[in-house]
Amino acid sequence: MNGMIDQALGLEQKIDLYRSMYLIRRFEERAAHLRQQGFIPGFLHPYVGQEGVAVGVCAALEEGDVITSTHRGHGHMLARGADPARMYAELYARQDGYNRAKGGSLHLIDVELGFLGANGIVGGGIPLATGAALQKKREGRGRVAVSFFGDGATNEGSFHESLNLASLWSLPVVYVCENNFYGEFTPQHKHQPITEIARRADSYAMEGVVVEGNHVLEMREATLAAVERARAGEGPTLIEARTYRHRGHYEGDMARYRPPGELEEWLARDPLRLFEEHLRAGGVNDRLVEEVQAGVEETLDDAARFAEASPHPLPAEALEDVYMETHDGRALR
Amino acid sequence: MRNLPYRDAIREALIEEMERDPDVILIGEDIGEAGGAFGVTRRLQRQFGPERVYDTPISEEAIVGAAVGAALVGARPVVEVMFGDFVTLAMDMLVNQAAKTCYMTGGRIGAPVTVRMVTGTAGATAGQHSQSLEAWFVHTPGVKVVAPSNAGDAKALMKAAIRDPDPVMVFEHKLLYGRRDPVPDQVDPLPLGVGRVVREGDDVTVVSYLHTLYAAVEAAESLEAEGISVEVLDPRSLVPFDRGLLASSLRKTGRLVVAHEAPGRGGMGAEIAAVAAGEMWDCLRAPVVRVCGRNTPMPYAPEMEGFVIPDAGRIADGIRATLRQPAARRPWS
Repeated sequence: MNGMIDQALGLEQKIDLYRSMYLIRRFEERAAHLRQQGFIPGFLHPYVGQEGVAVGVCAALEEGDVITSTHRGHGHMLARGADPARMYAELYARQDGYNRAKGGSLHLIDVELGFLGANGIVGGGIPLATGAALQKKREGRGRVAVSFFGDGATNEGSFHESLNLASLWSLPVVYVCENNFYGEFTPQHKHQPITEIARRADSYAMEGVVVEGNHVLEMREATLAAVERARAGEGPTLIEARTYRHRGHYEGDMARYRPPGELEEWLARDPLRLFEEHLRAGGVNDRLVEEVQAGVEETLDDAARFAEASPHPLPAEALEDVYMETHDGRALR
Repeated sequence: MRNLPYRDAIREALIEEMERDPDVILIGEDIGEAGGAFGVTRRLQRQFGPERVYDTPISEEAIVGAAVGAALVGARPVVEVMFGDFVTLAMDMLVNQAAKTCYMTGGRIGAPVTVRMVTGTAGATAGQHSQSLEAWFVHTPGVKVVAPSNAGDAKALMKAAIRDPDPVMVFEHKLLYGRRDPVPDQVDPLPLGVGRVVREGDDVTVVSYLHTLYAAVEAAESLEAEGISVEVLDPRSLVPFDRGLLASSLRKTGRLVVAHEAPGRGGMGAEIAAVAAGEMWDCLRAPVVRVCGRNTPMPYAPEMEGFVIPDAGRIADGIRATLRQPAARRPWS
């Protein structure tokens, strides 16, 4: 964790990473509560427990890089710098939401940020990131695409087809598999006959690495190395980030399929806790951590207020935006 | 004005659009050195290079997905689906991803991808290389559907499809590739949703497209001897569909036959019949008749194939039926 790159990361940048991780954690915990209170009508797939991956990966990216995400996408989007207020507004199904209330949690998107969307289809974002990487390569400005997906998605054809294509064409793409050891409700050993997903890269003559996803700085370093290769035209990388979802597949899933003690083991390796320990060891005092946390709570208070104040869409707005172009001056439906 | 095969007209459209816009790229199986299974992209990779004409592995989901992903970040990809039947392997990328982009971003971005669907029977091509799947996409809000039946329209509509900000499925019938028609020296994009009167007539309107259109024209010509005057319309694009043209024709004839190669059940003909019955009922003087592919998979044997797809004789029977009493037994049923 204390390699060259980590050394180069200043305290202020580390605090930024911590803030981002804490923001994701609290955004999700509050979302669960807001859903219980009836503010959020749709599904939620909380990212709690996996914050180290999203924040570590996004810390290695630059403007112009793009990412595709998953059904568990809030963390990726926040780590990329999205506005939590517009995210809550979308979850609340209000007009000021990122998708004008037409997407919800599973479809959050902000192209200006380079966030090409959460995705309701397991593995759905992988070919899209691959194609975005193709265009980035054509543009020749050294930009990359990152695709997040879970262990379950590595059993989809889209994963295998995309890795084959990306390696064949040396595309600037980083595939980040968040192995949280469950594909929906099924443990990894019951959904694939392998334990090390990174080895699937071997089939495509691609670099494959396993990273402790709960260590945000290790995640950042592994991603920096992969991104550097991608920018240099040396092709894609498959990163297997080992992590764990604390709250089950979706909000409300009691996760009774987990063996006793498993959650506790992972809670001991909670990415926030690990990083707090690292910060304290580096001389960060409790007061600073508490300040950061208070700032996040304030941001989220404001975000929830913004969402609640945002108008509901009109029912007939459902007929808008089916197509970019009008037809004979009228919306085409 | 030149007499140009449909195949060459499509190629000219691709060339002119690629020359006009460096973000237009071609992607598909064997479209490079091999020039595509039907020769549409012949010599294009030599002309534009492998960074504009991408010859791919046999990975339909990755091909279409990469095109959609590239489209999200600025490319204007044109995909060739070697046989339209293979789109089944890429449906997620079209139906769940591209078709929803505009809608679920609240109109902020589109997925401007053009998908060339090689369609219909070429004679004994059987169940997995012959299908006419346009209705699936007509039924998918968010995509547009184009079905050119001659070289000039193919060129003009292909240009329009490539410039369109939405995903456009272009259905190209295999038996039309070699067909020659006059094409002006300069062809501008033709707006989608503008149909064409192929042949004027007073008694019955026949709407048809792609290869079946010529069977409809043949039927119309044969019925002249019986004193039946048939108007033939080619909608050219199915979404958007030129309702105005249909209405003006039905005001004159009051009778409608719809003919296409795809199976009748749930087909475009059903949609056109519903448009006529719902919006132009005051014009109708007889029940609408559909003359379509029979509701079977495409058989291999030529005699069975000929029985399944509509020909001029069957269309002529359908036209005659509209001129009888509504209760008349339909000879093809």
